[in-house]
Amino acid sequence: MSDEKKDLVPEGGALSGGPEAVDVRTGMFGVRGSGDTSGFGGLVRTVTMPGASPRPYGGWFDEVVDILAEVLAEEDVAFDDAVPAVVVDRGELTLHVAREHLLAVCRALRDEQDLRFELGLGVSGVHFPHETGRELHAVYHLTSVTHSRRLRLEVAVPESDPHIPSSTPVYPGHDWHERETFDFFGIIFDGHPGLARIEMPDDWVGHPQRKDYPLGGIPVEYKGARIAPPDQRRSYN
Amino acid sequence: MADSRMHATGAPLPDDEDATVFEAVGGDWSDIAEEAARLGEERIVVNMGPQHPSTHGVLRLMLEIDGETVTEARAGIGYLHTGIEKNMEFRTWTQGVTFCTRMDYVAPFSTEAAYCMAVEKLLRITDDVPERAQAIRVLLLELNRITSHLIAIGTGGNELGATTIMTVAFTAREEILKIFELITGLRMNHAFIRPGGVAQDIPPGALDTVREAMPLVRRYLGQLGDLMLANPIFKGRTVGVGHLSLAGAMALGITGPVLRSAGLPYDVRKAFPYLGYETYDFDVPTSTDADAYARTVLRLEECYQSMRIVDQVIERIQQMGPGPVMVGDKKIAWPAQLAIGADGMGNSLAHIKEIMGTSMEALIHHFKLVTEGFRVPAGQVWQTVEAPRGELGVHLVSDGGTRPYRAHFRDPSFNNLQGVSLMCEGGQVADVVVAVAGLDPVLGGVDR
Repeated sequence: MSDEKKDLVPEGGALSGGPEAVDVRTGMFGVRGSGDTSGFGGLVRTVTMPGASPRPYGGWFDEVVDILAEVLAEEDVAFDDAVPAVVVDRGELTLHVAREHLLAVCRALRDEQDLRFELGLGVSGVHFPHETGRELHAVYHLTSVTHSRRLRLEVAVPESDPHIPSSTPVYPGHDWHERETFDFFGIIFDGHPGLARIEMPDDWVGHPQRKDYPLGGIPVEYKGARIAPPDQRRSYN
Repeated sequence: MADSRMHATGAPLPDDEDATVFEAVGGDWSDIAEEAARLGEERIVVNMGPQHPSTHGVLRLMLEIDGETVTEARAGIGYLHTGIEKNMEFRTWTQGVTFCTRMDYVAPFSTEAAYCMAVEKLLRITDDVPERAQAIRVLLLELNRITSHLIAIGTGGNELGATTIMTVAFTAREEILKIFELITGLRMNHAFIRPGGVAQDIPPGALDTVREAMPLVRRYLGQLGDLMLANPIFKGRTVGVGHLSLAGAMALGITGPVLRSAGLPYDVRKAFPYLGYETYDFDVPTSTDADAYARTVLRLEECYQSMRIVDQVIERIQQMGPGPVMVGDKKIAWPAQLAIGADGMGNSLAHIKEIMGTSMEALIHHFKLVTEGFRVPAGQVWQTVEAPRGELGVHLVSDGGTRPYRAHFRDPSFNNLQGVSLMCEGGQVADVVVAVAGLDPVLGGVDR
């Protein structure tokens, strides 16, 4: 993971309206610094995630976003500050939420009777090591049993300051999910009742689901041929 | 950040470093009790598991007890963590099925189906999956729900000392495992559902086998009902035990039979239908007792509802007649058809003949698809299914490559185990086993 690569990734992304650039890939087949003459070594590909969507979002998405904006306005929170981007992709609604407003957004989504996302199904993490300033993403999956709706909250934080307020005061069921995300990604959920490792041993060092954490494994030999562990094999990405 | 003086549960460690530790590895409990009484310890922490037959795998329960009463209960997990999610990031999208089917090994089809539907959503081909493939998936999912509930009921009964309940349940499960073996070739870890459809069509005669097995399963279910539902000992052990109110279940995100036993008819098959579940006729049984007994009744009831769906789906597959079981897009479907040869199941000879003898392009295509896999457009999706234990969610992120960028599984058992404290505290030590059996956790899914 070179630092030069970080400079290649354009900043802003989803927050400025365009597609969210998360990485720039060069080369192919995992060839690094060898005498590759195929030409594939010269490939450059920007990896982009779907960016902010323009209105109308379609279906009930507009209604939910409007009501959420109203409820937040009552608490003197500007919607654009709390939710910098709304992404509609593959029929699913994602709200990118600023971490300082996460609890207000969760509370509004759970308590407002026209929203009622009362079932918090969990938190998962994603690591984009080359998205400068937004390396770690926490993704919350909320369901409204009342209205049969689903949406997703996404909070991005820098690796150098991986703090997000815990959502457990609103969704107590996120307790273990946040512990897992802390365990695997090192995102620190402030205010969590007991943020300890859950899957890895208590004294484990490092956060295994981060992209710079090796998969591990040993080479396997069979009839004289040596097969590298999966994370050191040729890849096509 | 957790400080080093914290326990795995987040509770602070006891101040006295030299507290007496008893190790119970067989032997006589009364010796330990006498010794504890002699020392006059008031606070006794019992560590149950991770190696304990009644913990459904390697679940560790930390119980603080006062006499026979549990004053605090915490679950410790992670003993079966194998990094399946991390491993999936280093395999193709198709190979991912082979990994995720090993998570919840009692209900492998649920995980497979959720994962494959998520990949299909990422590829935007959900509507292209052939109807026949969807029906086969429904058939397997519902049969799997029955086997999974039979395990829950059977092992739950065994933990109460009623071995007959277990033997009957396992005998019934055997009938369905035979069907799985006939259709997928395996009794567990099938990897049969694939992105775009299923690995191959059901073999001839499979529907008749299902038809013949169903009355047997129904008879065993009847026996289980007769054995359990009016049994005074069974009722004495389970009625009112492991109570979890609707508010508690909702707050903790608990789904499946445990939530329905508290009265909310929330079932993903009804709330967010997938695989055409909205076209099948079935009910969602509920109860308001919210105890271990109600959960057993619901599981039995759900088995009968699943059999209703199975009856409908085999009729449907019969009427459909032969047809494709994989999307038409040759860039996604596995290039080779499987066939049975002299040395067992493998690529069909006709296909080998074509790629080796007649078409260089077909050979290249086969090679690229099998070694490199297909590319999936960048983005993220969330797909859930109603697994036997609750709502199973898959969060998939693609960066446009040939392998998942991130695959996260929200396993219902993982979430539901959070309810252990609420269900066990204030009850008897013996009731802990009943309460946990009512949650029916499968640690393969919990720890992944």
